[in-house]
Amino acid sequence: MIPLPGKTIAEKIFSAHSGTDAHAGDIVVADVDFVMGQDGTSPLAIRALENMGVTEVFDPKKVAVVMDHSSPSPIEGVSALHTMMREFGKRTGAKVYDVGEGVCHQLIPEKGHVVPGDLMVGCDSHTCTYGALNVFSTGVGSTDGAAAMAAGKLWFKVPESVKVTYTGALQPGVYSKDLILHLAGELGADGATYEALEFHGPVIDDLSVEGRMTISNMAIELGAKAGLMKADAKTLAWFEGRGEKTPNPQDPDADAVYERELTFDASAIGPQVAKPHAVDNVSPIEEVEGTPIAEGVLGTCTNGRLEDFAIAASILKGRKVHPDVRFIVAPASRQILLDAIEAGYIQTLVEAGAALVTPGCGPCVGTHNGVPSNGENVISTANRNFKGRMGNSNSFIYLGSPATVAASVIEAKITDPRKYFEGGER
Amino acid sequence: MTISAKAFKYGDDINTDYIISGKYKFKSADMEGMAVHAMEELDPHYYEKVKPEGGFLVAGTNFGMGSSREQAPLVLIHSNTKAVLAKTFARIFYRNAINTGLPVVECDTDLINDGDVLDLDLEGGVLKNVTQGTEIPFPPLPPVMAQLLADGGLVEHFKKHGGFAL
Repeated sequence: MIPLPGKTIAEKIFSAHSGTDAHAGDIVVADVDFVMGQDGTSPLAIRALENMGVTEVFDPKKVAVVMDHSSPSPIEGVSALHTMMREFGKRTGAKVYDVGEGVCHQLIPEKGHVVPGDLMVGCDSHTCTYGALNVFSTGVGSTDGAAAMAAGKLWFKVPESVKVTYTGALQPGVYSKDLILHLAGELGADGATYEALEFHGPVIDDLSVEGRMTISNMAIELGAKAGLMKADAKTLAWFEGRGEKTPNPQDPDADAVYERELTFDASAIGPQVAKPHAVDNVSPIEEVEGTPIAEGVLGTCTNGRLEDFAIAASILKGRKVHPDVRFIVAPASRQILLDAIEAGYIQTLVEAGAALVTPGCGPCVGTHNGVPSNGENVISTANRNFKGRMGNSNSFIYLGSPATVAASVIEAKITDPRKYFEGGER
Repeated sequence: MTISAKAFKYGDDINTDYIISGKYKFKSADMEGMAVHAMEELDPHYYEKVKPEGGFLVAGTNFGMGSSREQAPLVLIHSNTKAVLAKTFARIFYRNAINTGLPVVECDTDLINDGDVLDLDLEGGVLKNVTQGTEIPFPPLPPVMAQLLADGGLVEHFKKHGGFAL
């Protein structure tokens, strides 16, 4: 008899949640540990539940709705949607994260709603963020989300996995954001469609949990269903004190079968920038240095965490945002805002000239907090730069790391942040 | 059932922000009102072109990439788009389309020109380019998705079976 091959992280989590011996390509109905929606998607999920004739969620402790994309409400239409979400929470017992709590993709892990080994779905494509925490998490539409809220399960195709290994070490001034932008450039916007990315190697091991989340957050930009990592001691330490659930980490088997394996030398990767209007339109920063910018954005579910604020503050300490630039700063959660206040980062950034907005999605989705004007360029730590993404089709969005954004807002042009680090020309 | 309509052809990597911009999606849950903005970023006249007589949205690779917004297939349905035909689809859009009852067909769209009249028989698995007098093969939907589409989408499936019956 031929021995069965080993399993990837995805195959292990789907096996454990479907009660089957799940392998890539199988279609399984699996139990979900958590279901989440945000203010752009929850209203349709709530309506789908009503249309299904469902009045209760499968477990109120395992469902949350988050007001983050357009929050506080800028117009009465959104206010009505927010009201609908609050009433849904009262009716079903589902957790409601209201205005000012933060971005769903920070809150769900921060509040301990998911732990390593879990399977969860969220009505937002960047739900893949928690893959960094060894959670198989993926974005679904509102109707799938509603079905999961009602039944506590959903059907899935178990994905093939692509193993991505980073060797070497990151140069000073280069971050996990640069690695994932580089990978988007290498693989393209459909380079991993229907697949799970599985990240490995010493560079991933050395990253903080926050830095890892930046990578998994952008797995969807390559079309991937998930961006998974092992849970190590750092991951488990991060979860201490965050709720009552017990982590059940799932490591891939040594003989797991991957659709393909890619290895990159991180030492050879410098700061990367995604140019308008596609996330896979990526260049080394040298090719876009000097491009004038009118707006900078630090925040979002990609890079709105404490470490990102620390990096930006270290560059902006004692310096000023250029007078021709608006620098908009949005912490990913209330807790991060509090931590950043305590650490002095908010003081530093605001003294430098930053405009601080409510914890949440900030200007990323074009609903509020800084819609660019006609012809303007923006440098942002967000994950998408599609035409019109920030609310104006006649503006141009560049994506980079928090260091790149901080360096750029000082000079009103795209600037290589390495000059502020050891070995730089400073 | 055979659907007959004109092809409206666009390119590769059409993302959900282009199908319906975030600046509209967050304003309300009124899909009929939002549908006038369908595909606006790529073609400001999409709605007025397709709405009166219906049409097939034809595209290249990776159609529906990006966000999970279900407003994307919904505004296409409300703009009278009969089906989306593309070389490949992004994963979340593909599921959302089936769940909301918008037919999606993976086929070689190089065989279709803008303005061609097409006949699509989804159940029978036949796609004809009437203008060019050709037949375009396409693989059947996976059984799970075929069942959901046959039930009229996921909501109808739930109502019919009282939960998942896959």
